Amino acid sequence: MQMANLIPVARTVGVNRLVPTISIPYPLGDPATPKEEQFKLRYHRVGVALDALTADIKEPQLFKVKI
Amino acid sequence: MKGILYLNQFFGQIGGEELADYKPEIKAGQVGPAMAFQQALGEDVEITHTIICGDNFMGSNTQEAIDLIMDMLKDKEFDVFFAGPAFRAGRYGAACGHICKAVQKEFQVPVITSMNDENPGVEMFRKDMYIFKGGASAATMKKDVTAMAKFALKLLKGETLLPAAEEGYFGRGVRDQIWLDPPVTAADRVIDMLLKKVHGEPFETELPIPKSDRVTIAPALTPEELSQLEVALITSGGIVPVGNPDRIQSASATKWGKYDISGKEDLVKGEYMTIHAGFDPAAANNDADVIVPLDAMRKYQKEGKIGGVYKYFFSTVGTGTTQAEAARMGKEIAAQLKLDGIRAAILTST
Repeated sequence: MQMANLIPVARTVGVNRLVPTISIPYPLGDPATPKEEQFKLRYHRVGVALDALTADIKEPQLFKVKI
Repeated sequence: MKGILYLNQFFGQIGGEELADYKPEIKAGQVGPAMAFQQALGEDVEITHTIICGDNFMGSNTQEAIDLIMDMLKDKEFDVFFAGPAFRAGRYGAACGHICKAVQKEFQVPVITSMNDENPGVEMFRKDMYIFKGGASAATMKKDVTAMAKFALKLLKGETLLPAAEEGYFGRGVRDQIWLDPPVTAADRVIDMLLKKVHGEPFETELPIPKSDRVTIAPALTPEELSQLEVALITSGGIVPVGNPDRIQSASATKWGKYDISGKEDLVKGEYMTIHAGFDPAAANNDADVIVPLDAMRKYQKEGKIGGVYKYFFSTVGTGTTQAEAARMGKEIAAQLKLDGIRAAILTST
């Protein structure tokens, strides 16, 4: 599955399981925030990505993240 | 008549990658390529304003960027709107598409942009607007601008338009009925085509059926299966060991690398870097886990959510990389994974 920032691009090329990232240069951790916060965000979104692998979907899906 | 041009931060002479999150602004007059547009448009259309917006600002805050720009345009008079040319720059192409689509809808003026056929913006927006077929880099600036300007003049003067392929823009999927002169009925045309086909002679279909390039949805793993499996990490963000031992190109990549992460808990600063030329590398060089999230994966491994992390992570660079090369590299990486029984992977893009 894919983690990406430019969701419309990913949709157009037909990504089936998609999780959004927070930016282009730092997809999974904002350097303006403390390391702990960065890891929290990364851990959460990677978790959503792993859950996407076990999601029984019938059409391409963008999975929601909480942080 | 009047026209307005949208440019990114680079062509708008604000700065390079480091200013890709430049908030949109509108300048009275002509900046950068606007002057080339003016030259090609001659006296009939005046480019009155140039809008400049950072590619990352538009990419990461699309609706906000559009709203800000719509606000800047609402008191302006203009008969045509141009964006780009974007050549192969994917973020720029997508940005041109987003803004043109919005302007066309809100202001009901013709919108024209230009991109190379490798630009993902083409597939995203070709149905919605005139996207002229542009070159691979700014070396074709003058040619691409001229094509856009000439077509704008045709449109504004109400001249008869030719089919997309002849005008030079990507087909929008719009079909127009034409009468052949002298007339040839469809019955005759189809038999002509069939006879050519039977005789092995070249013929041209009147209705190309687009090939679907969609990947079927892989069946879901069960959480139990996932807890037993090694998951592979792949990236197009250009994360490589410092020194780039495989000499992967920083743009328009044709190579990928695989790097051993057995026993590593995370990607350590100073050991890994990004070579991707499409964004500011500072955050990634400081902590490559923001692109290849090995540390998070190891935590899930310890918790038993996944069986493990595949010993290699795969890396290449996405910017300017052609769809053909990307597809080839993808197939090669998939083949390696399959050889080692890997059934799941996370691909991170920048």
